[in-house]
Amino acid sequence: MRDYFYSYLKSDATPGAAGNMLWAFIYIMLIFMGLSIAVIAMNWLERKVLAHMQVRLGPMRVGPHGLLQPIADAIKLLIKEDIMPAEADKLVFWMAPLIVVTTAFTTFIVVPFGPQHAVTDMNIGILFMLGVSSLGVLGIVMAGWASNSHYPLIGALRSSAQMVSYEVAMGLAVVSAVLMTSLHGAGIYATGGGSGMGTLSMIEIVRAQQEQQAWFAFKFFPLGLVAMFVFAVAMVAETNRAPFDLPEAESELTAGFHTEYSGFRWSLFFLAEYSAMIAVSSILVTLWLGGWLRPFPNLLAGPTWDLVFSLFPGLTFLALAGLTSGFGALLGLIGLILFISPVRAWVQDIYWFVAKVAVFMYLYIWYRGTFPRYRFDQLMKVGWKVLLPTGLGVLIVTAIVGVL
Amino acid sequence: MTDTSKYLSHLELGERDETFLDSNELVINMGPQHPATHGVLRVILKLDGEKVLGTECVIGYLHRGVEKIAENRTYTMFNPYVDRMDYVAAVSNGLGYCEAVEKLLNVEAPPRAKYIRVILTELNRIASHQLWLGTHALDIGAITPLFYTFRDREEILKIFEKYCGARLTTHAFRIGGCQYETYDGFEREVKKFVDFVRPKIDEYEELLTTNRIWVERTKGVGVISDKDSIALGVTGPVLRASGVKWDIRKAQPYAAYSEMDFEIPTGTHGDTYDRYLVRMAEMRQALRIISQAVEKIPEGPIMAKIPKVLKPPVGEIYHSIEAPKGELGYFVVSDGSTQPYRVRVRPPSFVNLQALDLMVRGQLVADVIAVIGTLDIVLGEVDR
Repeated sequence: MRDYFYSYLKSDATPGAAGNMLWAFIYIMLIFMGLSIAVIAMNWLERKVLAHMQVRLGPMRVGPHGLLQPIADAIKLLIKEDIMPAEADKLVFWMAPLIVVTTAFTTFIVVPFGPQHAVTDMNIGILFMLGVSSLGVLGIVMAGWASNSHYPLIGALRSSAQMVSYEVAMGLAVVSAVLMTSLHGAGIYATGGGSGMGTLSMIEIVRAQQEQQAWFAFKFFPLGLVAMFVFAVAMVAETNRAPFDLPEAESELTAGFHTEYSGFRWSLFFLAEYSAMIAVSSILVTLWLGGWLRPFPNLLAGPTWDLVFSLFPGLTFLALAGLTSGFGALLGLIGLILFISPVRAWVQDIYWFVAKVAVFMYLYIWYRGTFPRYRFDQLMKVGWKVLLPTGLGVLIVTAIVGVL
Repeated sequence: MTDTSKYLSHLELGERDETFLDSNELVINMGPQHPATHGVLRVILKLDGEKVLGTECVIGYLHRGVEKIAENRTYTMFNPYVDRMDYVAAVSNGLGYCEAVEKLLNVEAPPRAKYIRVILTELNRIASHQLWLGTHALDIGAITPLFYTFRDREEILKIFEKYCGARLTTHAFRIGGCQYETYDGFEREVKKFVDFVRPKIDEYEELLTTNRIWVERTKGVGVISDKDSIALGVTGPVLRASGVKWDIRKAQPYAAYSEMDFEIPTGTHGDTYDRYLVRMAEMRQALRIISQAVEKIPEGPIMAKIPKVLKPPVGEIYHSIEAPKGELGYFVVSDGSTQPYRVRVRPPSFVNLQALDLMVRGQLVADVIAVIGTLDIVLGEVDR
């Protein structure tokens, strides 16, 4: 048993690929916990950042700067009365949030937080991720249908139409990134080495970026950037967030598909929405922004720079400790632990991945504070008439440029 | 579930198929508890998918019988009640009522009182438009402007509070003038406010005017032509956005407006975007009026000589003012006693709301929200 436990630490594959079920289980648990904490943190951050954009303070009462507010809210939701509308389709109503939350969490099986920090490495990783996250729409349609009420029904219809149409653009952008894994280009577009083998595996896609010494966002400039942009817009629509939050447009449909949900069931939708946001941001970071790779691996190369960049996680925590008063000591301690050499090596991949995802999570909040909401027909127009042709064009041009 | 069919007689609904899979039309009930109906308005929508086939407004959830109450109160006692109609522009309501009764009594407020009235009413116009902008933008999905406008509106409410002790239902004026002299530093504070809020209005515009999504959501939405506006009796910024240059402050000047130099902003298309621009321009014009009035305010008494007990001569009077939402008229009938025989209010919100059906037919559900917002209704005034 002990050997089984320690043998994995010496390998540099994912637990799934190494066939180590114990570690796979540990990873699943870690991701589950980490994701829940991330959702809680995101909840707090969204309220605080949004509040400061809107010249107010946000939660301030529960804990220092309202840090415990999400926990208080979670407790409130858990102990609320469980209400199910009398006219609802009981079984479907009960299953909908489960499906939504399961699909949102399942996608994280293949998300590579580092070369060995993923539950498993599938050779169709990106397809799996897109496929499973698209299943979420099923739960939303079920929720809208089962509520047996007009507003949720309209919300669910909007939602499914929206998610289906934006998935097309999303898929095209993803294909162009996948194409880049096998293409080297010529002339000004020439990139570094690499096996030249195309791949759908999330880990291999990041490795391809490492070998070609270019994040795909900057490959075949500006093609990679445009593809990333298409994906970045589509992913906001896919997760039903502002300015594409029509399915739950508060001013129109009260709460859209989850109007009839309350308490714990509602909190599952909430959990799913935020983990879906993290999931699609992870796809974007993996495909275009080098996943776990640290910035400037070729400009600032060498062991000294490696050391400097590996100190970043600890420094971040120390900086946070300096900013906060109550939790400062705890954060500082974590920061110091992260300076220890083996921990440092182990954690830095995760750090860079999470930092990149965090940028997109911030963007989500920023969009919400800035944009009004699209109307349904305008949303469809953006999806089919702007993003789809752009994605298709990028795909074709990428193929041509790559073959030249 | 309440039976909605009796409200929908004019929508030619016909017999409804009771099966859930009926794919023809969907009748949904928006309100009276709904985040975007600005109070307790209930709109019954007949939808074909997302397209609106017709609407029916059900009002009266906030009916308090204000007009009937007037018949059991003396002229003075009824004055505070009018503040409760359009509660976001209480000062305008009071002004309209006081001037109507003054006309009936054949007295005129002294010049200083008139100037104080103009300053406070225009401040209230800005406050009302700020509230409109915040909630309208919120309905369309931009949540940030709301907090900006409320932050700045607070400064106006502070001036009101310092002047008369109340922030919302101010009861600022009395029949015959004003009860209170301005407090020390009133002029200075109002001037400071004008300088404070001018860049803030630019700030709101920066957030919205050229915002692509905002423009797409408002341009060509809820169009109403000048002819239709006049036929339906629509007034205020909604009428002016359709290109009709009609403003009672210019057409039939009251208070001290004849001595003020200002322009009437008008639109051309009569859509939601034009109404937005007109109201933004009106806020700037209001600032212009305020700074002129503060400069020119004369010294003197603030109350005309009126008897302790008001007994207007037998007769009737219609007096209207330009409230932030449109023409606010009071029709007061006197039978020579201390109590009015009848007070009829012509509330701009109520009349403007009539245009809703015309403006949203054939448009999408999301536009209904935008149009309710752009009509700038206050249910307290619609239902009275």
